[in-house]
Amino acid sequence: MTGDQTTGDPTDDAQPARPLLEAVDLHKSFGPTPALDGAGLGVRAGEVVAVMGPSGSGKSTLLHCLAGILTPDRGTVRYRDVELSAMGDGQRSELRRTEFGFVFQFGQLVPELSCLENVALPLRLGSVKRKQAEARAREWLERLEVADVADKRPGETSGGQGQRVAVARALVTGPRVVFADEPTGALDSLNGERVMQLLVTAAKETNAAVVLVTHEPRVAAYSDREVVVRDGRSREMEPVT
Amino acid sequence: MSIGHTLLGLLEKGPRHGYDLKKAYDERFGQDRPLHYGQVYTTLSRLLRNGLVEEAGVEAGDGPERKRYAITDAGVTDVEHWLGTPEKPEPYLQNTLYVKVVLALLSGRSADEVLDVQRTAHLTTMRELTKRKAGGDLADQLICDHALFHLEADLRWLELTAARLGRLKTAVTR
Ligand SMILES: Nc1ncnc2c1ncn2[C@@H]1O[C@H](COP(=O)(O)OP(=O)(O)O)[C@@H](O)[C@H]1O
Ligand SMILES: [Mg+2]
Repeated sequence: MTGDQTTGDPTDDAQPARPLLEAVDLHKSFGPTPALDGAGLGVRAGEVVAVMGPSGSGKSTLLHCLAGILTPDRGTVRYRDVELSAMGDGQRSELRRTEFGFVFQFGQLVPELSCLENVALPLRLGSVKRKQAEARAREWLERLEVADVADKRPGETSGGQGQRVAVARALVTGPRVVFADEPTGALDSLNGERVMQLLVTAAKETNAAVVLVTHEPRVAAYSDREVVVRDGRSREMEPVT
Repeated sequence: MSIGHTLLGLLEKGPRHGYDLKKAYDERFGQDRPLHYGQVYTTLSRLLRNGLVEEAGVEAGDGPERKRYAITDAGVTDVEHWLGTPEKPEPYLQNTLYVKVVLALLSGRSADEVLDVQRTAHLTTMRELTKRKAGGDLADQLICDHALFHLEADLRWLELTAARLGRLKTAVTR
């Protein structure tokens, strides 16, 4: 898969861009009560979409379905017009590794590796040579203003530093979509805002879309628009202009 | 806070005397600030002039307190429009938002809709402030942060209310 978007009829410029990633009418249950009950969401290239809603409403489940981590019981998820359910497991993990990046609230860095090695890891898994991978990882650590923790292990960094390392790791492969689930949930407000600023700036510079799950309004204010999830159903709000 | 819209909303349940209307308002929304009769009658006469209410029978005797008022179709449209239009995001809006939510529930309209459009209006302002903050000096940042924290407080209240709509509906329609 390539990183540029050249699909679509050149004559339909006036149409809003088709979503890069689109979920339609998703249903998912873990037990008797549905976690998703008809949720959907379209993400266009380069946009930052906040997914808001009360705890337990299905935000994370929606994100996991969009990212191909979970398979919905019903409904479709399409990335560049290809249905995720039509892909094999290998193809789906390849997609996640090359096209998607992930930032979670915590616990995503490998504790035994240095921060530099953590950031280089996705590149190494894609068979990039060690030296080259680490050089790129170092650039990303610099970009996120945490070059000084390169040789430390995640456990030796502060929460804010660790999240910046996690953002560097999510972006190092040049993903087209970054999934961030409460990325600032464990940070104080100053650190949280700085992480958001760096994440959104880097995403905009690389034209990566961001699906940002958050219940914090000041974090959602870094998005371009918001989707509200309630009882497993979603509503995409039109931004006011 | 728009007293006119609130009175119109209360009239949707049926025609009332000005006095009943004041009582209904004070019971639901007037805990801190009950209405003066004067306010009720000036507001009603303005609504009457604008065709949003009409007189629905006058009892024997005279004086304004004898008249019953009914909401007109134009009045219903006006309430509808007001409920569907977000308030300009600014601090200390809670009372207006509370009134809108209660009236939506009382009239069987969607209170989620009121909250959703308000969230979007607030977030739009918060996005502008966030951008200004990113490009600004320390003074800009502090000024924007002050506004952002206040708007965030509104939104927190809004989310809490959204989570309690079921209970609120039971309470107000009892
Ligand atoms: N792996 C799981 N096993 C069982 N129930 C789950 C699982 N994941 C989510 N749920 C349930 O699904 C609902 C939605 O959860 P989730 O998507 O995590 O909500 P949110 O992220 O909005 O807090 C909740 O009721 C939750 O308890
Ligand atoms: Mg969650």
